[in-house]
Parts: sequence; C-alpha cells; structure tokens
Amino acid sequence: MTSDPLWEVFVRPRRGLSHTHVGSLHAPDEVMALRHARDLYTRRQEGVSIWVVPASAITASSPDEKDSFFDPAADKIYRHPTFYELPEGVQHL
Amino acid sequence: MADDALIAAQRLSEWVSRAPTLEEDVALANIALDQLGVARLLLQSLGDEDELAYLRSDSEFRNCLLVELPLGRYRGDLDFGWTIAWLLFLTAAQHLRYNDLAGSDPVAAKAVKESAYHLDHATQWTIRLGDGTQESHRRIQAAIDELWPYTHELTEGLRERWLSIVDPVLEKATLTRPSDEGWKPSGGREGQHTEHLSYLLAEMQSLHRAHPGATW
Repeated sequence: MTSDPLWEVFVRPRRGLSHTHVGSLHAPDEVMALRHARDLYTRRQEGVSIWVVPASAITASSPDEKDSFFDPAADKIYRHPTFYELPEGVQHL
Repeated sequence: MADDALIAAQRLSEWVSRAPTLEEDVALANIALDQLGVARLLLQSLGDEDELAYLRSDSEFRNCLLVELPLGRYRGDLDFGWTIAWLLFLTAAQHLRYNDLAGSDPVAAKAVKESAYHLDHATQWTIRLGDGTQESHRRIQAAIDELWPYTHELTEGLRERWLSIVDPVLEKATLTRPSDEGWKPSGGREGQHTEHLSYLLAEMQSLHRAHPGATW
C-alpha cells in the first residue's frame, strides 16, 4: 500500500481566511485522502474546511529557475507603494 | 454500551504501530480513543471508572461477544479486512443506539457524531476492500462470514435498522450477506464470554492490579 498516491493537504483555519498548505499524506483515492487529512491535520480544531489535491496535479517552479523567476523583482523598487511620494493634500490614502 | 466501547477500544488499540499505512494507523488509533472516551464517560456515570474497568472479572463484563473477538482468525492475529468488517458491524449498531439516546443523554449526543465518523471509515474501507483486489475481497468476505453469527447478539432490538445500514454497504462492496439461519452465539450480556475476553482483560488490567492507582 506504500504505492498509494501522494496528496497535498490544505486547511482553512476559520471563515474568512484562505486555505493554507499544512502537509501531505498517502491515500488510495480522494475520498480516503480527505478522511485521513481530517484525522492527521484537524485533530486539535485546526480548521473548518479541508482541501486535498493530488500532488501530481501541482506544477511547481524549480529551484534552478530561481534567478530568472524571482531575482528580477528585487531591483524594481517602483513596484512597491513606498516608491511614490504622496502629493500634498491627498487624503484617504 | 459502556463495556462494548471499552472492550472495543482495547481491541482496536492492538493496531497501533501495526497498521498498513501511517495514515490508517492514526485513523484506527483515533477511533480507539473515541471508543475509550465514550466508555469512560459512561462508566463515570455508573460509578468509579477505574474500579469498573480494572477490577471486574470477565464474568462481570456485559459486552457483546463480537467486541472481544480477536481482529483476525485466531488470537494474536491482526487482519485488516477482518478488522474493517468487525468495525462496520460494531459501529453501525453503536451509531443506532447512540442516535436513539442522543436527545436525552449528553454522552450519547457526543458519541453519535463520533460514531457517524467511525461508521463512515468502516464503510469506505469495506467498499474498497470488497470491490478491490481478489485477495482483499476474499479476506473481507471470509471475515464477514465468520463474524456474522455474532451480529445477532450485537443487534438485539435493532436488527432490521442495522441491516438497512449494512446491506447497502455490502452490496456496493460486491460482498455477499451471509444467511441468518444457524448458529447465533450469545451470552455476553449475561457475563458468559469467550476465552478471548480473559486474555484481553489480563493485558488491560494487569498494570492496575499490580500497581493500584498508578498514573503516568
């Protein structure tokens, strides 16, 4: 049974917050994955909603792509709101 | 009901660290702990829980025979298909009994939610094992055939309603419901038990009998 597929588990801690990745587990199908997730990740009232997603359905960025993906953002200070000076007299901002 | 839950908890805890997967290990331990929790609340409502759990002899227990049986073909055997059949039969009956009392008893009101989950867990696995591989089908069908006679005592007074839960599950799992003709072992409710209860109690009670009131 170690060949059961891997599932990623997301739990919403309470209403109004978004689902957060909490871990992963093995299960034969989505129904059992959801039940195992309930047992493994919400034993102490951690959540009000659970998502399980087949790990194989997730496309992840590769560490090799770190430079091309993320570094260009570092020197573009105009993307941050603090780059802009507030004109005199602007309210409600 | 208290003894059914207590003995079931002890039996089920034999799976801890031995389940087919880590996920299932936690699930079975969780169910065992729920059973123990309900047993404790019920025993506390009857008297001193330690005295009732640890100091009664086998003939003073009132659990049905099903819960004391080994979770496999022989003592010490642990068979997953067997356990799931056992759990399906037990939790379907528990769910009905707790449901009947949920309106008037706070323990039953708590237990009915838990038992719904236990029943669901057993149902999901019964369908997957019955409608799974040839080997999983063969094993759980064998367990169902062996355990079926014991369900008569378990479901006394609610047989029809119990069948209306169990029948659709067996059907969906492509399993065959055994005949109701023939052997119907009973006596557990009067304190007449199988030898399996004595072994189970020896393990469960030995610590308390050697070190009364021990805590950790």
